[in-house]
Amino acid sequence: MFRVNFVIAGLVALFLAGCASQDIPDPEPTDTTYGDDSSASTEGMGGSDPYGGEEIDDPFAGELQMIIYFDFDSSEVRMQDQETVSRHAMELGDNPRARVRLEGHADERGSREYNIGLGERRSQAVRQMLLIQGVSASQISTVSFGEERPAAFGSTESDYAQNRRVEIKYTN
Amino acid sequence: MLNRLKLGLTILVILAGPAYAELVIDVQGIAQPTPVAIVPFGWQGDAADMPLDVAEVIVNDLRRSGRFAPIPESKMLQKPTTGADVDFQDWSFVGVEAVVVGSVVQEGVNAYTLQFQLFDVFGRTQLIGYRMPASRGNMRGAAHRAADMIYEKLTGIKGVFGTRVAYVTAQQQGEGRLYSLIVSDQDGENEHTIMESTDPIMSPAWSPDSRQLAYVSFEGNRSSIFVQTLRTGNRFKVSSKPGINGAPSFSPDGKRLVVTLGGVDGNLDIHVLDITSRQTRRLTTHRAIDTEGTWSPDGRYIYFTSDRSGGPQVYRVSANGGTPERVTFEGSYNARPRLSPDGSRLAMVHNDRGNYRIAVMDLERKDLLVLSEGRQDESPSFAPNSDILIYATRQGRNGVLETVSADGLIRQKMSEGRGDVREPVWSPFRRY
Repeated sequence: MFRVNFVIAGLVALFLAGCASQDIPDPEPTDTTYGDDSSASTEGMGGSDPYGGEEIDDPFAGELQMIIYFDFDSSEVRMQDQETVSRHAMELGDNPRARVRLEGHADERGSREYNIGLGERRSQAVRQMLLIQGVSASQISTVSFGEERPAAFGSTESDYAQNRRVEIKYTN
Repeated sequence: MLNRLKLGLTILVILAGPAYAELVIDVQGIAQPTPVAIVPFGWQGDAADMPLDVAEVIVNDLRRSGRFAPIPESKMLQKPTTGADVDFQDWSFVGVEAVVVGSVVQEGVNAYTLQFQLFDVFGRTQLIGYRMPASRGNMRGAAHRAADMIYEKLTGIKGVFGTRVAYVTAQQQGEGRLYSLIVSDQDGENEHTIMESTDPIMSPAWSPDSRQLAYVSFEGNRSSIFVQTLRTGNRFKVSSKPGINGAPSFSPDGKRLVVTLGGVDGNLDIHVLDITSRQTRRLTTHRAIDTEGTWSPDGRYIYFTSDRSGGPQVYRVSANGGTPERVTFEGSYNARPRLSPDGSRLAMVHNDRGNYRIAVMDLERKDLLVLSEGRQDESPSFAPNSDILIYATRQGRNGVLETVSADGLIRQKMSEGRGDVREPVWSPFRRY
């Protein structure tokens, strides 16, 4: 399940970070005094070790998109998001005990209850794609929040575009 | 006007404690208002002042109606408190058409008598003389009742000053939002939060006896319909089926709700729900969105929004079922229908050249009148006298409430102190 993958990726990253820090040697202070009567003393600068390091994995590299966005007045899953839905279908297929809630949303334009309908249409579009790809109906629930839970609070086209969405939430 | 009201509100907060008003009202009158005089009321009782400035409540009610211009106290040549002392010549000289005098008399620890008389200055006749009992707690209601009687006598239209409104507010609270369902007097006073949730609250609807509100709550990340009794705060869940449970509206007899149910497959249809038995009957079956049902006042039809023709339009179906017929044809977007209580007009959200505005259609003549001027106006609701509507409009990022007369001539903004206000619904008439 992708969540497990996410946790493992994180643990690997932490493990690597731990190893890296142990590899850096502690600088040892060296006594550089030339005798008690000497007024002269020198201090070593200490040579700087060559810069070490290694890549840390991007913990998000394997992560699935959890939000699908929609065009104005549309409940069609866009071409570039179909791959995302398919990956969720695989996750759900691989983990029959996993459950998702598809939360549909609309932008603020028009009346509120009709917008509940538009949000539901979007969550149903994603649901149908999951069902077609073999996900069991019992793994999916839908809810529509219409315009009640905006992601962006403004009234520009870009705010509206961010609000026309389905959020995919794994519930166990 | 606005500042004066704000000052009034500040004083009220101090006197009345928690029951303070949130709505501040600003009148945009277009019609020519009639000059009237409401003389400060006389007072006989233990305390130095009467529990509530009754004349001020009446002045504010009449002024906010947009139809009257009460003159300031400083212009009054005399301040009689009983009818016998009214000098018609003085009032005629001042230029008012009607004068109201009255008094509050304390009869016991928490018992008062409020009396008032309304005179026609030119006819030199008493139009109303009325005396009513009052307590400290219902003095404001008694003052609104007096204003209702005066308004009806002078205009021939039933006053709605004694009615209430319910609305929803959303406020930012930490990471999330706090949604509140609020009931207040129609002037914004006497506000009570009856339900609060961190999940959305939607679509409040009054029962015909104005004792209950139905609403949609998303607590637990699913939609459910509740009916809550205002007096006790007790509520019961009447619908919580898989998928959408939304858009409740009471039948005229108060026994049923028209609701929108979506089911697992998300096909929103109009259903009638018997509140006692919880039995539902499906009225529409189209695969389009059918929602926002509302009963006609005679109980024969249910009007609703459907996008079966492409975009949303208003349809109606017999309350017993049958084939729906389309009602609206003008424009590409007509949604959320509400009928005037007299059954003559239909209010809706109408797309007017890219702006969502409140429009009213005369059901006989079929002509459409756009009443509001915002770009995102919604949730029209008729006052019980069918003469005024309340709706939500945008001011910056927040929703505020406005009222407009059904002829579009008088508009008022009711600004709110905090949060985003939406979905106002006007109560039925209160039974005295």
